Amino acid sequence: MHSVWKTSIRFTLITAVLLGLGYPLLMTGLARVLFPHQASGSLIILPNGQVIGSELIAQSFTSDRYFHPRPSAAGSGYDAENSGGSNLAQSNRTLVTRIQGDIDKLAARNHGKPVPIDMVTTSGSGLDPDITPDNADYQVPRVARARGLSDDAVRKLVAEHTTGRQLGFLGEPRVNVLELNLALDQLPK
Amino acid sequence: MSANGWLQFAIFCLVLLATVRPVGIYLARVLEGERTWLDPVLRPVERLLYKLCGVSAGKEMNWREYAFAALGFSAVSLVLTYALERMQGWVAGWVNPQHLPAVRPDLAWNTAASFTTNTNWQSYTPETTMSYLTQMAGLATHNFWSAALGICVAVALIRGIRRTASGTIGNFWVDMTRTLFYVLLPACVIYGLLLVWQGVPQNFHAYTQAHTLEGQTQAIAQGPVASQETIKMLGTNGGGFFNANSAHPFENPTPLTNFFQILSIFIIPAGLTYTLGRMTGSPGHGWAVLVAMFVLFAAGFTVCYWAESQPHPLIHGAVQMRTAAAPGGNMEGKETRFGIADSALFATVTTDASCGAVNSMHDSFTPLGGMVPLANIMLGEVVFGGVGAGMYGILIFVILAVFIAGLMVGRTPEYLGKKIESYDVKMAMLYALIFPLAILTFSAVFVLLPNVGLASLANQGPHGFTEILYAFTSGAGNNGSAFAGLNANTWWYNVCLGWDMLIGRFLMMIPVLALAGSLAQKKSIPPSPGTFPVNSPLFAVLLVGVIVIVGALTFFPALSLGPVLEHLLLHAGKLF
Repeated sequence: MHSVWKTSIRFTLITAVLLGLGYPLLMTGLARVLFPHQASGSLIILPNGQVIGSELIAQSFTSDRYFHPRPSAAGSGYDAENSGGSNLAQSNRTLVTRIQGDIDKLAARNHGKPVPIDMVTTSGSGLDPDITPDNADYQVPRVARARGLSDDAVRKLVAEHTTGRQLGFLGEPRVNVLELNLALDQLPK
Repeated sequence: MSANGWLQFAIFCLVLLATVRPVGIYLARVLEGERTWLDPVLRPVERLLYKLCGVSAGKEMNWREYAFAALGFSAVSLVLTYALERMQGWVAGWVNPQHLPAVRPDLAWNTAASFTTNTNWQSYTPETTMSYLTQMAGLATHNFWSAALGICVAVALIRGIRRTASGTIGNFWVDMTRTLFYVLLPACVIYGLLLVWQGVPQNFHAYTQAHTLEGQTQAIAQGPVASQETIKMLGTNGGGFFNANSAHPFENPTPLTNFFQILSIFIIPAGLTYTLGRMTGSPGHGWAVLVAMFVLFAAGFTVCYWAESQPHPLIHGAVQMRTAAAPGGNMEGKETRFGIADSALFATVTTDASCGAVNSMHDSFTPLGGMVPLANIMLGEVVFGGVGAGMYGILIFVILAVFIAGLMVGRTPEYLGKKIESYDVKMAMLYALIFPLAILTFSAVFVLLPNVGLASLANQGPHGFTEILYAFTSGAGNNGSAFAGLNANTWWYNVCLGWDMLIGRFLMMIPVLALAGSLAQKKSIPPSPGTFPVNSPLFAVLLVGVIVIVGALTFFPALSLGPVLEHLLLHAGKLF
């Protein structure tokens, strides 16, 4: 029985070093060489070195000139150190009041047009970088008006930034909000 | 529900089926000590490890020695993780660039118990609580260890079934070492690179400070994510690097990584059914068990997918039905890239197995959609199940099914040539009873204590009851997923959930090993015309029946007070 404890302690320590330090360090080395952009978080960096954000992480947009991501329950909103969902139940009055309130506000500004449901629901991570193409389409007139562009020009840009299902069948079609907004800023006036 | 959703389900099933045989054969070769293609590299490492640890690889153990080694090792590793958490503030530099301080004692205890038991229940927010060192050496290593331990126990039980008149069931240290280094580690290296390619970070940087397009600042948490993500899924552990787990775009950036993740939850448990058939010399039995698992899996997915596709009955003015470019349905707590189908599939798979990773927030599921993950755990996580734990779990139900079949025809039950006698059925029943006893007792106590139990609720009404029930079910089932609105990071929840998880793991593992020892000692008797064949469709039907009846009889009253009642009230217009 004495030997069980001795073996347990040695086995734990040795495998902890191999699997807990050796393995992640090996992976970090391989990842840095093979996929440096992804390994460091898919960051979008301006030529002057300023980090705008990550392609994969939603950031807050409130101006009419930009497309808005889905509402966020991460921290006080889009907090990339505090990911998470609202965890509100379908039977929770707070959730229904929040969603219905947001729908009514949007509908009032859009001649009562029905609102795509992903526009008024928080995502699981609070950092969902994407919106559905329906959601983007709903926002086109607002963005076009704020920028003095035609709806069609903006709609064309949305179409260019719409990602289909991966391999043709996996997941759902989506639009990356940050990439779309960066492209908007680069449109000629 | 959409055709494309069902197509994804069908393709997932086909790919999984295609892996069963090769994975099963490889596992059998590794655990029978046969040669593998990794031998030239790993054999010397393996021998060196035995020498350093004082293991006599040729010496077999009886079930008591095996159980003692498993428990001793788990105790030591639990203490190591507790110590790492408590001391993480002492270390700075690249393994703790955020200078995170020591973890509170009750939380450190809960987390150490959680990762030792393959549960990976997380009372904490990882980004702001655990240093890179704690995540890697404390938590990710447990993902390896606890997964390997489950496989060891499953294989010990399979050996018990196969061997005749034998006093031993294998060597624990050899089984651990070979599972860790021949199966889990190589798979993780390849899988990890796939994840990084798709966008999962792997670095030791301090959190990135971004200046957003609208001129705000955003701190973006990163770290050695990919190396932990792999074993989190493959070992059916489920403890996320981030709070949002596999819903976080850094853990699960694309639909393709999502596909890999659900596949990697099931791949080893599904392969083990083939290992069972191969090692017991009865391939048909392995397939029959697999068929029973598939029936329960498909049923769970169907209910969950249907429920989550339904519109909210009290919300008006929104497009809640599926369109050409949006999934509709219940999108609260779900990610755009996964939509409804992939979220329902992930939730079903993660609770069929004892994984507990989530790519959508179960707390915000519809009442019936959220009942599916809960019911899956309550059935004992035997639908593929946790790595190893699912296999020995379903073998317990197989023993019960054979026993019931024996009672029906009035013969002494036999299982693959072994007489199932009173001691064996007692061990099987111990396993089957400890689980609901822990869940229902803890839930009942916490529901009755307003300051201790109810103060942590995020939602009221029947859903609040479900939050507590889900927590203790997830703990005892070693799942780790949650109705995460419940604030479980309090002294009472941390301590009691810690015990709940340890009971659900180790008190259930001991009867399994005792059963293995008992079966190994028995002589084999040749099949007679009265023997109930365990490779027939009839057996698969009986097995499904036993699993569902045991689960339903035990938990239906609790489920009807929680999700069923919530569904009825919600559709009658009642909110809380």
